[in-house]
Amino acid sequence: MRAAVPSSSILKTIQSIRRRGCPSKPAFDWPLQRGVILSSHPDEEAFGIKMASFGTFRGSFMFMRHLLSARHYKHCCSRAKAVKPVFSLCPSPRVIYPQCRNFKTSYGKAGPVLQFNLSDIGEGITEVTVKEWYIQYVKEGDKVSQFDSICEVQSDKASVTITSRYDGTIRKLYYDVDSIALVGTPLVDIETDAGQEGAPEKDVVETPAVSHEEHTQQEIKGHKIQATPAVRRLAMENNIKLSEVVGTGKDGRILKEDILNYLSKQTGAILPPSPYHEIQPPPPTAAVPSAAKLKDRAPLPGSAWPVIQRPVFTGKDHTEPLKGFQKAMVKTMTAALKIPHFGYFDEVDMTKLVQLRSELKELAESRGVKLSYMPFFIKAASLGLLQFPILNASVDEGCQNITYKAAHNIGLAMDTTQGLLVPNVKNVQVLSVFDIAVELNRLQALGVSGQLGTADLTGGTFTLSNIGSIGGTYAKPVILPPEVAIGALGKIQTLPRFNSRDEVVKAHVMNVSWSADHRIIDGATMCRFSNLWKSYLENPATMVFDLK
Amino acid sequence: MWSRLRTCRNLCLKTRICFQLNRAQGTFSALLDENCRAGAVLLSTSSNVFHNLALEDWIHARVDLDNRSILFMWRNRPAVVIGRHQNPWQECNVPLLRERGIPVARRRSGGGTVFHDLGNLNLTFFSSRKRYDRQRNLRIVTRALKQLRPSLDVRVTDRFDILLNEQFKISGTAAKLGRTGAYHHCTVLCAVDRTLLSVTLRSSCTGIRSNATPSVPAPVKNLRDDDPTLTCEAVMEAVATQYSADFGLNRPVIVVDPTHELCHPGINGIAQELQTWDWVFGKTPKFTLETSLEVHYEARSSKVHLHMDVKNGIIETCGIEIPHNWLPPETCAELSRLMVGSRFCPTDTALIFTAFLRSNPESHKLETKIHILSENIAALM
Repeated sequence: MRAAVPSSSILKTIQSIRRRGCPSKPAFDWPLQRGVILSSHPDEEAFGIKMASFGTFRGSFMFMRHLLSARHYKHCCSRAKAVKPVFSLCPSPRVIYPQCRNFKTSYGKAGPVLQFNLSDIGEGITEVTVKEWYIQYVKEGDKVSQFDSICEVQSDKASVTITSRYDGTIRKLYYDVDSIALVGTPLVDIETDAGQEGAPEKDVVETPAVSHEEHTQQEIKGHKIQATPAVRRLAMENNIKLSEVVGTGKDGRILKEDILNYLSKQTGAILPPSPYHEIQPPPPTAAVPSAAKLKDRAPLPGSAWPVIQRPVFTGKDHTEPLKGFQKAMVKTMTAALKIPHFGYFDEVDMTKLVQLRSELKELAESRGVKLSYMPFFIKAASLGLLQFPILNASVDEGCQNITYKAAHNIGLAMDTTQGLLVPNVKNVQVLSVFDIAVELNRLQALGVSGQLGTADLTGGTFTLSNIGSIGGTYAKPVILPPEVAIGALGKIQTLPRFNSRDEVVKAHVMNVSWSADHRIIDGATMCRFSNLWKSYLENPATMVFDLK
Repeated sequence: MWSRLRTCRNLCLKTRICFQLNRAQGTFSALLDENCRAGAVLLSTSSNVFHNLALEDWIHARVDLDNRSILFMWRNRPAVVIGRHQNPWQECNVPLLRERGIPVARRRSGGGTVFHDLGNLNLTFFSSRKRYDRQRNLRIVTRALKQLRPSLDVRVTDRFDILLNEQFKISGTAAKLGRTGAYHHCTVLCAVDRTLLSVTLRSSCTGIRSNATPSVPAPVKNLRDDDPTLTCEAVMEAVATQYSADFGLNRPVIVVDPTHELCHPGINGIAQELQTWDWVFGKTPKFTLETSLEVHYEARSSKVHLHMDVKNGIIETCGIEIPHNWLPPETCAELSRLMVGSRFCPTDTALIFTAFLRSNPESHKLETKIHILSENIAALM
């Protein structure tokens, strides 16, 4: 079959479009360019639909569409010139690239780049200072949605949040932070998505543009509420305004769980899940497979496994440099792991201590102090260090000299919002259990308010970490240089144990995990220290006996 | 019998109002939509500055203000509130506030720094962008005061301050404009602790250069100094009455609890965010600190020169210059390098110095000097 060549006038139109026309390449190649020529019955010369072959049909359809668009292009251009600014608040957006907007699919994704002018602030103000761009998501190349906040400007004690009028991508910022911006001048250039009609010209949008129905397009004071249609339907069924619900998804998106939580809070009931599911569950016949069933259910030769809709994960990795306290931790731990550690673990029966503390708690509170188990642990450790001073020592960098420290400055690992802090209680050897409790209260208050100084944070000789207050039984704590030993205390559990009469009794049991520097401390020393410490806690009366 | 009927009727009315407030589906904005079409006067039960600021934000974001005007009255326990684009280290004595447990809060509106306590009345006027008018709001306040005490000489200035006796400032203003709504808030000094005010609003850190909004200091006076019979409560009532009269409201003042999550969904999250370090200190516009410190050791003192560039509360560059006989230059250089990337706050500084001492064991003398240096630098923050 012989191809019919399109007539010359049509060719000329096509070529002129290609010269003037779209900023981006059309999505298809001209059949002529490729050398694929339209084939048809020799008698038909018109550029109508050619039915001879598949390629021909496709080519000619595209050709026709392009031609129609060429006609519309002229129409569009004349229309664009005729648009006048209707509203006085700001001039109509300057369309920079003339573009036919009616055929979105044939042209590329870029839409017109619109200038967004700084609108009138009111009270006759003519200039403002740009104070902050919302830099997390507004820099050149970033996407914004309509009503997203772009920047903060300040004028005369008033701070104004400027929100975007269009959906699109930021292409240019006209002002830096701290520069003066004039009202009515361009603030940013936004490249809108193709197909978006001209910007809403009014600065203050009175009603939502799309629909008056509350549930389809709701805004919380200028922020479009993000929620999937399923969530909106659930809200509508339960007569909930989306503006009342707090969204916990990305960018404040409202999820189904948020609606259910809102409902349960309001009515005190937990509602059954909505019958409408966003992702269809697999059909009930494809139930939990067992090994035998799996064999039976192996796909028959020639057929494939059922295709499951995989949810698309759009999360992105995020890299940032380490912050101050993280760097401090890196430095400390790098130095710490140069020390050869060994671990020693044991179990302590805390039954008698639990009873003692409950008796003394009220007395402490009457003196205005909160009493926990830590003062007992710290004091018992100090008494043990008196017998085993090598655990309260320090070695120099080359491990040539060992210094036996006189003061027992026992550190306490504290988990705060700023990270791990280890303040220490100074000179525990001369303090009573009550004094230690007072000091701990003080350190905890300072830790919470972020006022711990270097004096409190340095000078420690021995450390105890009460990780059990959060959870856990055994741990492998890391020694903090320049110390040589550390203990981690697990949580106190109520467990059955045999007593001396072979009866099963309820016991409060706590696990302790010690780590020590094996260059100067051996296992036997650690074991004996641990046994002594343990005996003080299992029998608090012996602690009183040896109290200094 | 009639009295019993009356009691019954009152009880029914009260119960109905209670039900309206506690109804399962109701939130505060729904309540306003149903009952207060023209507007309302609100009084906060909380004296926590963060909860009250959170309620301000919540109303601004969630309540439809198109045809409604709301007046919100609140008082706080001692706190310092800085403007959106201000530098707290430049405006107040941050170490002293930390020591005394007085919180620093950053509000979302512009303007300068104010000291709040229970003798300082805060008034927030909510309206739509179109009907935003600061002069009108302040005139309501002056008229209310004149109604209360006709002999009081109060006047609104062009800078939106209220002056007493043409000399002393008793009110400062700040405003926030959003897309469709706006609010204007102002303070009224009734019986503030002036000593505490002047001590806390003095910067501890000289040598800061930045483009943050500066506060304009002015001589202040309490209304009570002029007329000892004036109380905060009387002023609140007068302003509420004047506002209701001007806006045609005939409902009583509504008492709101800013911590009630059911009535104000999301408000506790807003209050938490306002208390984070990243908001209060991290939102400071970038600044440069250039200062000299005197460090004393063994009855001798040396001068330490400090240079820091801080952006978003994080130290971007740091230079510590110390005489070489006091600390070796490698130690200084290492400490300066470690400070980069940490926050401009005393805890982070203490952590950095502690980590340095742990990994670089020094002689006792040097350790003590490093401690002293760390304390002096932390005292600036």
